Amino acid sequence: MIEGMTALYIFMLSAFTGYEVISRVPVILHTPLMSGSNFVHGIVLVGAMVAMGHAQSPLEQVIGFLGVALAAGNAVGGYVVTERMLEMFKSSKGKKN
Amino acid sequence: MDNIIEVSYFVAAVLFILGLKRMSSPVTARGGIVWAGAGMLVATLITFFHPGMHNYVLMTTAIFIGGVAAFWSGKKVAMTDMPQMIALYNGMGGGAAGAIAAVELLKGNFHSQTFLTLAVLGALIGSVSFSGSLIAFAKLQGLIRRPMRFAGQQYFNLAVFGLALGLAGMLIFKGELAGMVILAFFAVALTYGFLMALPIGGADMPVVISLFNALTGLAVAFEGFVLNNAAMIIAGTVVGSAGTLLTQLMARAMNRSIGNVLFSSFGSSGGEAAGELQGSMKPIDAADAGIMMAYAERVIIIPGYGMAVAQAQHKIWELSELLLKRGVDVKFAIHPVAGRMPGHMNVLLAEANVPYDLLYDLDEINAAFPQTDVALVIGANDVVNPTARTNPDSPIYGMPILDADKAHNVIVIKRGQGKGFSGVENALFFADNTRMLYGDGQAMAGELIQAIKQL
Repeated sequence: MIEGMTALYIFMLSAFTGYEVISRVPVILHTPLMSGSNFVHGIVLVGAMVAMGHAQSPLEQVIGFLGVALAAGNAVGGYVVTERMLEMFKSSKGKKN
Repeated sequence: MDNIIEVSYFVAAVLFILGLKRMSSPVTARGGIVWAGAGMLVATLITFFHPGMHNYVLMTTAIFIGGVAAFWSGKKVAMTDMPQMIALYNGMGGGAAGAIAAVELLKGNFHSQTFLTLAVLGALIGSVSFSGSLIAFAKLQGLIRRPMRFAGQQYFNLAVFGLALGLAGMLIFKGELAGMVILAFFAVALTYGFLMALPIGGADMPVVISLFNALTGLAVAFEGFVLNNAAMIIAGTVVGSAGTLLTQLMARAMNRSIGNVLFSSFGSSGGEAAGELQGSMKPIDAADAGIMMAYAERVIIIPGYGMAVAQAQHKIWELSELLLKRGVDVKFAIHPVAGRMPGHMNVLLAEANVPYDLLYDLDEINAAFPQTDVALVIGANDVVNPTARTNPDSPIYGMPILDADKAHNVIVIKRGQGKGFSGVENALFFADNTRMLYGDGQAMAGELIQAIKQL
């Protein structure tokens, strides 16, 4: 179990990591980056799967099902649109060089 | 097996951070999303081997439904509509975090008060992000056209938020995990999300979407603690803090504080507050405008969201290439919130193969306007409105703008005489050195190209 101070340390260090990683991003990449970070919290999918995997009553199963479907949408949609945006950066860079 | 799962989550967390890091430079950005994607794939696949799980058929069906719908919509959406799609996918993540909390609350076996508290807080944040993002999507998609406001709205919203907190408190401290309380809690939390986003004007939406993005990250992290899932904790927290910083950067670019965006009514009293504007709008035809630009020494093009809607970016680049060949110094001035989000315009111009080195941001280019012969404004409005500099009564007063009005000549390509996204009248259009080129952005760019070719 991740508990107490350990949990707090992980939380604190992750928060600083996020701040640092973003702080050097040029404005031109803000939109793809927002989309990219939106994709990263699609990791909620694994949580939704675990929650649904342990669901017992029909109500729990229905909510779990919704959760997994929504989470999969977050992850897949986030990846597809980010990849599409960044694809264009690649091609225009390639043309310039 | 437990160890393999833990190690896989660890690897996924590392890949997420490295991926985000790589996304911070245009050269490595594309690799970045692939790294993060690999992390997601590893984490998702290994989760199927989580001990003691069942419902596999339903689970796979849900992933398939959600995944295919998102894949299809993500491939299909136009680049101009990206912001609302991001809002939608983000809302789905918030909803998923809420759903996890709902299932855990219904099961009701928490190891400690702390986990219960985190589950409830995550549920509150996730639900607000879910319903709020849906409103953001609906607004940008044009499904809701006007901000909805009524007297005492802030107090009403505050009361609803207080009710949500009260119900959360009941769940946490009374230990009453009765179905009705849980149901009421989620209903009120979702309602608050709707209420919070409804009064916010369309121009402020990017900031709100970014804020919801950060909130969803936080909700995911909280539910990660509840489920004892390190990948969720780390990825969620990283997104939470990064998203908060990004929200601040966006708000600063618009010279508004986050509190201001959330709790004031932007653009509600629009046109009236700006007062009467002097002068009239003076039209010009494409042939004259083309000559003006062809014989200019320096031209600055100011693209806005309207250009992208008219799909004019390719024509505009063709026009720029013609001018560059004639020896005209052409630059693009990009306002931080041109398009709908910071960087959105850069994406749209990159789509049209406009090279980076011609794109300048506000601070780099504003000093150049007084030495510029022609400023071509296409589809931009609020970001070139000089009342933001001059009229303290204007709702957009204080917003940093591109000083297009300081150029010797200004040509504005515009469909009609309407107002901008904020609903404020634009003084630039009435200025003596401004000429209006009325018409569709793409068609007018085409006519300018023809005019210059004939010289």
